[in-house]
Amino acid sequence: MTAELGHFALILAMFIAMVQATLPLIGAQKNLPVWIELANPASYLQLALTTFAFGCLIHVYLISDFTVVNVVQNSHTAKPVLYKVAGAWGNHEGSLLLWVFILSLFGAAVALFGRNLPPAFKARVLSVQAMIAIGFYLFMLFTSNPFERVTPAPLNGTDLNPLLQDPGLAFHPPMLYLGYVGFSIAFSFAIAALIEGRVDAAWARWVRPWTLAAWVFLSGGIALGSWWAYYELGWGGWWFWDPVENASFMPWLAGTALLHSAVVVEKRDTLKGWTVLLAIVAFSMSLLGTFIVRSGVLTSVHAFATDPARGVFILLLLATVIGGSLALFAWRGPQLKSSGVFQPISREGALLFNNLVMTTGLAAVLLGTLYPLFIDVVGGAKISVGAPFFNAVFLPLMMPMIVAMAAGPFLNWKRGDLMPALGRLRFAFILALVAGAAAWSVETGGSFMGVIGIALAVWLAAGVLAEITERVRLFKAPPAQSLRRLRRIPRATWGMSLAHFGMALVIAGMAGAGGWKEESIQSMKPGEIVHVGGYDYRFDGARKAEGPNYDLVLGTFSVFKDGDLFVVLNPEKRFYPVTQMPTTEAAIHTTLMGDLYAVIGDEEGTDGKYVTRIYYNPLVVWMWIGTLVMMFGGGLSISDRRHRVGVPHRRQPLAPAATVPSS
Amino acid sequence: MTKKQIFFIAPLLVFLVLVGYFAVGLTRDPSVLPNMLAGKPVPEFSLVPLQGRDSVGFKNTDLLNDITLVNVFGSWCVACRVEHPFLMALKKQNLIPIHAIDWREEDKQAGPQWLKRYGDPYSRVGDDPKSRAAIAFGVTGAPETFLVDKKGVVRFKYIGPLNDEAWRTQLQPLIEKLRTESPS
Repeated sequence: MTAELGHFALILAMFIAMVQATLPLIGAQKNLPVWIELANPASYLQLALTTFAFGCLIHVYLISDFTVVNVVQNSHTAKPVLYKVAGAWGNHEGSLLLWVFILSLFGAAVALFGRNLPPAFKARVLSVQAMIAIGFYLFMLFTSNPFERVTPAPLNGTDLNPLLQDPGLAFHPPMLYLGYVGFSIAFSFAIAALIEGRVDAAWARWVRPWTLAAWVFLSGGIALGSWWAYYELGWGGWWFWDPVENASFMPWLAGTALLHSAVVVEKRDTLKGWTVLLAIVAFSMSLLGTFIVRSGVLTSVHAFATDPARGVFILLLLATVIGGSLALFAWRGPQLKSSGVFQPISREGALLFNNLVMTTGLAAVLLGTLYPLFIDVVGGAKISVGAPFFNAVFLPLMMPMIVAMAAGPFLNWKRGDLMPALGRLRFAFILALVAGAAAWSVETGGSFMGVIGIALAVWLAAGVLAEITERVRLFKAPPAQSLRRLRRIPRATWGMSLAHFGMALVIAGMAGAGGWKEESIQSMKPGEIVHVGGYDYRFDGARKAEGPNYDLVLGTFSVFKDGDLFVVLNPEKRFYPVTQMPTTEAAIHTTLMGDLYAVIGDEEGTDGKYVTRIYYNPLVVWMWIGTLVMMFGGGLSISDRRHRVGVPHRRQPLAPAATVPSS
Repeated sequence: MTKKQIFFIAPLLVFLVLVGYFAVGLTRDPSVLPNMLAGKPVPEFSLVPLQGRDSVGFKNTDLLNDITLVNVFGSWCVACRVEHPFLMALKKQNLIPIHAIDWREEDKQAGPQWLKRYGDPYSRVGDDPKSRAAIAFGVTGAPETFLVDKKGVVRFKYIGPLNDEAWRTQLQPLIEKLRTESPS
């Protein structure tokens, strides 16, 4: 019964969405307050229905209802409860349900928190949201129904892909989707603005918190995915430029650009068309991400649905949403009038530079990701573009941006002066040189990029600190005055500083792991010792054991530093009998300087000899810490006073009829 | 058209091109990697033998005059171990000669030892540490298996561990067809 109720709720939600997509839009066009007002209750109702449907799906998973195909294919009675729940979205159909659930969550949030939006504008935003939702409801109901039944019901399920049975990955999709779907708000705002033919400071101020929220979640989602790849795939790597990873990275690049250009729209009333385009691109990339993972156009390690019929539907969806919005952009965009002008060396100029680098980077990643598809279509071989391409193209592109990132906040709006800004950064420059030289001296033959990365990280971090020092006039004004200034720094500015500082930490982590990683692969007898990254690893043998729904081989390494026992590592190699799949569980000991990382492989012969892989990954933990700092910065910026109160009213009141209370 | 109009229209045009590619891309099955060699003669190659196995090695002319399988494996490849029991079973039935390219071994001993441990279903085996033959064959990963006809022309490529089902549904029918085409 539960499955049918969930299915029915979805159908009902689709009809609500159809109402929400049309009536408020017409109402806004024709000044019909009652029709405009419909958008709010419709959004709440949609949320209620998708919540119910999502709850139904989780319920059938929890009770292991094997009359539902989805549960059969992705669950098993022996699976731990967390993964029964996570299994609900660890598959194609369930993840789509999660997608629409989050979409309706954001829609309802706009309805609730958007009280200070002009009613007609809000109605248009919610209508666009509903249009997106309709596409996804249709997609689910026609090609990917999560509630489909099967008769006769099998005795047990086929289990979730064991690679996905992991706490990191259990929360990765919801995080990522909060990011992907969060950009739908910026998108809907952009479309509504195009319909009205106007973008102004108020618009930018409304868009920013939503974009920030999406960006924070997406950053977290990407980091979780990367963290998962780091410890679960067992290769000591954390980013593989895999299509699925790129799929989440592209909206992040577009979203980051959008965050920065929206600032320019808000403060300087220019770059409007560009900002609207970025909003469309950010959400398009989110859709494309869904498309890449779901359709099987590009296959990769963790693309788990391969079904061209679905692909055709998503292609139609993409063509309609993206093509439609870009056509609207081509038609209405030229009406967006910008008033602000600025010199190339200015705050706007620096932000625009960020935008250009971000979008160029986006184009490079997009090209690299889709290149195999292009080549295939024009009749070449199926090839894949690997990490060398991305590293060669993407990294050099980012370097000048990091350099500019420290200088940007020192520049004035409209017309800045480069020399004084650079003068204030002289200490940062010296520190960066010193750090680079120090890094160079411990160079162990890894990529020179590591040295550059460390220098850039220090440059950026010191630049951020220099900017705060400058802002509070430390040492230049009496301490009491500096303290007063410090207290007066708005949260949005703290947010920026923190996010930039977090970026510096992330870069340091990447540079450390990229430049000074040590690895050693060998077969070891119990008692044998290998030396990696300044530590001695003694293999103490391995034993076989049983986990809740898998068999495992548990290896033991005693790690010594300078003759003293430092830590004991217990890597596992698991075998999941239901899916017949092995997984590796690396043992990782994290220190602030680097991670000790051990993996146990296959048994060799009979004398207790095992293949082992041992890595030393310097500074990796700073990537995760840096991401958290960036996310915290984003959150702080959302909570800035100007987003909560005092949103300026539009220069001209909208449709007077819309403000008349509905009777 | 002014510069400004171009800016607003360009994204749409770029997108339309993308959609075109996607539309064509969707008609291709991503799991079937097209083989550039299908229908073409095997590339010229000559590989040294595995240490201690034999002294003949493996070269392209070995593939003439009989329908054969060429299996690409490596001792480092986990999926190859999954596949191996099937190849051993296939060998027992004596249906078709199986040759092999031992791909990307870092250690000269690794390949022969691996075969000693898990069994050796192969007729000819060539050592290809530098991927010379593998690149010529367009190998994308291990294991991969090529079906070569009597004239030394590649007729089919199977990607991934060969198994009973793939054998019955894909390779066997094709082999029977080839046999009836030109009975020996």
